Amino acid sequence: MSPQFTSPPNSDAHSSPSSSSSLISSASDRRLSALVRHLAAEESSPMDSLSASPTAARADSVFAHVVQGPEDPILGVTVAYNKDQSPNKVNLGVGAYRTEEGKPLVLNVVRKAEQKLVNDMSRVKEYLPIVGLAEFNKLSARLILGADSPPVQENRVTTVQCLSGTGSLRVGGEFLARHYQERTIYIPTPTWGNHTKVFTLAGLSVKNYRYYDPATRGLNFQGLLEDLGSAPAGAVVLLHACAHNPTGVDPTLEQWEQIRQLMRSRALLPFFDSAYQGFASGSLDADAQSVRRFAADGGELLVAQSYAKNMGLYGERVGALSIVLKTSEVATKVESQLKLVIRPMYSNPPIHGASIVATILKDRDLFNEWTIELKAMADRIISMRHQLFDSLRAKGTPGDWSHIIKQIGMFTFTGLNPEQVAFMTKEYHIYMTSDGRISMAGLSSRTVPHLTEAIHAAVTRLA
Amino acid sequence: MALSTKLFQRSSSTAVFGARSMSWWRSVQPAPKDPILGVTEAFLADPSPNKVNVGVGAYRDDNGKPVVLECVREAERRVAGKLNMEYLPMGGSVKMVEETLKLAYGETSEFLKDKRIAAVQSLSGTGACRLFADFQKRFRPDSNIYIPVPTWANHHNIWRDAQVPQRTFHYYHPETKGLDFAGLIDDIKNAPSGSFFLLHACAHNPTGVDPSEEQWKEISYEIKGKGHFAFFDMAYQGFASGDPERDAKAIRIFLKDGHLIGISQSYAKNMGLYGQRVGCLSLLCEDEKQAVAVKSQLQQLARPMYSNPPVHGPLIVSTILGDPDLKNLWLREVKGMADRIIGMRTALRENLEKLGSPISWEHITNQIGMFCYSGMTPEQVDRLTNEFHIYLTRNGRISMAGVTTGNVGYLANAIHEVTKSA
Repeated sequence: MSPQFTSPPNSDAHSSPSSSSSLISSASDRRLSALVRHLAAEESSPMDSLSASPTAARADSVFAHVVQGPEDPILGVTVAYNKDQSPNKVNLGVGAYRTEEGKPLVLNVVRKAEQKLVNDMSRVKEYLPIVGLAEFNKLSARLILGADSPPVQENRVTTVQCLSGTGSLRVGGEFLARHYQERTIYIPTPTWGNHTKVFTLAGLSVKNYRYYDPATRGLNFQGLLEDLGSAPAGAVVLLHACAHNPTGVDPTLEQWEQIRQLMRSRALLPFFDSAYQGFASGSLDADAQSVRRFAADGGELLVAQSYAKNMGLYGERVGALSIVLKTSEVATKVESQLKLVIRPMYSNPPIHGASIVATILKDRDLFNEWTIELKAMADRIISMRHQLFDSLRAKGTPGDWSHIIKQIGMFTFTGLNPEQVAFMTKEYHIYMTSDGRISMAGLSSRTVPHLTEAIHAAVTRLA
Repeated sequence: MALSTKLFQRSSSTAVFGARSMSWWRSVQPAPKDPILGVTEAFLADPSPNKVNVGVGAYRDDNGKPVVLECVREAERRVAGKLNMEYLPMGGSVKMVEETLKLAYGETSEFLKDKRIAAVQSLSGTGACRLFADFQKRFRPDSNIYIPVPTWANHHNIWRDAQVPQRTFHYYHPETKGLDFAGLIDDIKNAPSGSFFLLHACAHNPTGVDPSEEQWKEISYEIKGKGHFAFFDMAYQGFASGDPERDAKAIRIFLKDGHLIGISQSYAKNMGLYGQRVGCLSLLCEDEKQAVAVKSQLQQLARPMYSNPPVHGPLIVSTILGDPDLKNLWLREVKGMADRIIGMRTALRENLEKLGSPISWEHITNQIGMFCYSGMTPEQVDRLTNEFHIYLTRNGRISMAGVTTGNVGYLANAIHEVTKSA
């Protein structure tokens, strides 16, 4: 009864099965020749038998020419930090929240949700559908758009679960490259380092629009309007929904309204990256205003959501791509095409993180608990901003540091240049990206003085 | 402010500051349903009490229920609430990858010791194949991929989306419902030197037809002679024979023969971790330096796709494989699953023979793994679905995991009905 390694009937078939011609007349002859070759090969060195053949097997790898890839600029910072032995080292690189004690944080509400899931014996780990967990999708759309949002009410949003923000952007980008007539996406200068790679590999061409003004360390609103105003009609525009990464500079609500009007008048397609909802101001609704204004005007948009930061689910890779369409008929067709992008990429998304999110979002108590924990994280970051600002002012560090408290979200664009950054890393073991971005989440009351020292030294010694 | 006012004045004459009146997406056509996953959708929608799902390849116990392995439940208990959820590195969990490579290459493999394997955690088998296809496109842009006929349908989608041109090679022999060995060997010989071949390491999907050990040796020889690259998709290690070492035999033959292979591994079936999306892509390199370079480039492809892979699934895997007792439990449970399937193959064949079927059903027990390529036509399959509420893919592939002592009689009867006049 063991079928495994007996020869299938075919190898003893009396009729030649293949339509292509063969010099060997039967399967058993072929087997005999193979055995003879193997025996012969064992007597000589392997290399002899290889080189004897004119189409010799390559002795070297087909990938021998592959050179070492560069370290990821952001994730590479943590790699360098981990290698550093200094007790004074501070990691202000990657945007992962840390407590006052400098520890990663798993939200209480997440632990509760996980426990619920583990204890539920009826749960299985079967494949999710290609579009992911349905409940999660519905709740995610509501979270970003608002339950009373017209597209939600009118059932003209399609939502697919993706691998956090990155995955949502990539799936959205691939969809646009295949089905949208304008293959150009405009991204702000500067933006998260991975945006360009994501959209390029998705098949879009990437252009920039002015965003950050180094002189004011604020928004270059005129430049933004000019650049979007001269983009080709229909072009895709990437917008950070709130807490712009890396600058922390967000448009005001009035500015958002102007942006919306300009974009709609030029039929520019908005693609929101929402990685910090609730994390910026502490309010989920306030942080979603930019997206909701666009969603309310009857137009279409894409939005990539991530739960990495606001639910602390980083490594679980939980996110969603929602596309607001004109009609529910179009939404259905679009969903079917999104599935064709996803299936050859990873078939279906991971179940664990999305289950945690759904558990929390659908339970009133857990949801409320979450908003409280979220506000606490946002408040701690705001408090760090004030502490750093006050500390620099107290020290008399040259320069205007008010941008530290004007900017919002996890990151501050300090305005420090790469030389100053390198100096701070070398002399003070401060780890940050070379564009001068610091993750406020990595600061604590304990480390603010050390950072102040380092900035002061960098600014006074290297102008 | 003046400039922005001007912009609005320019556009306000024609503008409606609300929406465009038409959608951008009018030309978007509804996509065809996925042939495999669409079957389960249809099954779920069927109200019939007799319905049987032998479509998608997810294991079921003898009551037709999905299974969470005991070793997995225990690992979950240990894992829950203990660790944080920080980002993994782009290449995933080092611990999980190490354990996974041991399964494929051997516990004491010299390649592991010499650090010659470039490996990253992947999004199950699909993700591993896709990463490899993207890597192949980037670093061997002139290469093709040779894919067996038939194969898992998504293989074609993966390499197509990676923009690697595809060719096929003979594999399944319909007349014997076995291996077209001569055709396979000829295709290997006729392919231009240095071609890339996709091979199923064990339990070929969808046919269940695997080469014998001898045949694998010859395949290895011929592939080597032409300097081809062998990429193994191993989605069923342990699931085929019940013994993971045995199921890795083809890979071990190729390693012994000196090939520098690539492997996609998945824990979806053999650990029942389907929805967790846990897998591994590995490439055997000439030396450690090359392995480091290749790994760094694989990471460059993962970063713009999903940044870093999920943390939960690999925790379960490394908890199990890192604990001798849990690992032994796992091995017993995998064998249990494989044995049940082998038992169902026997039962199905015997039932059909007892019904006096005019056709030979030997292939049911000759084939191995989760799937049986029944040889039924699409029309016969449609009858099975429409008349008997039996769900399977139209290529006649039966997922043996969906067969139980409770439904095997019904299934045999239905198959007999639609094939007896064939």
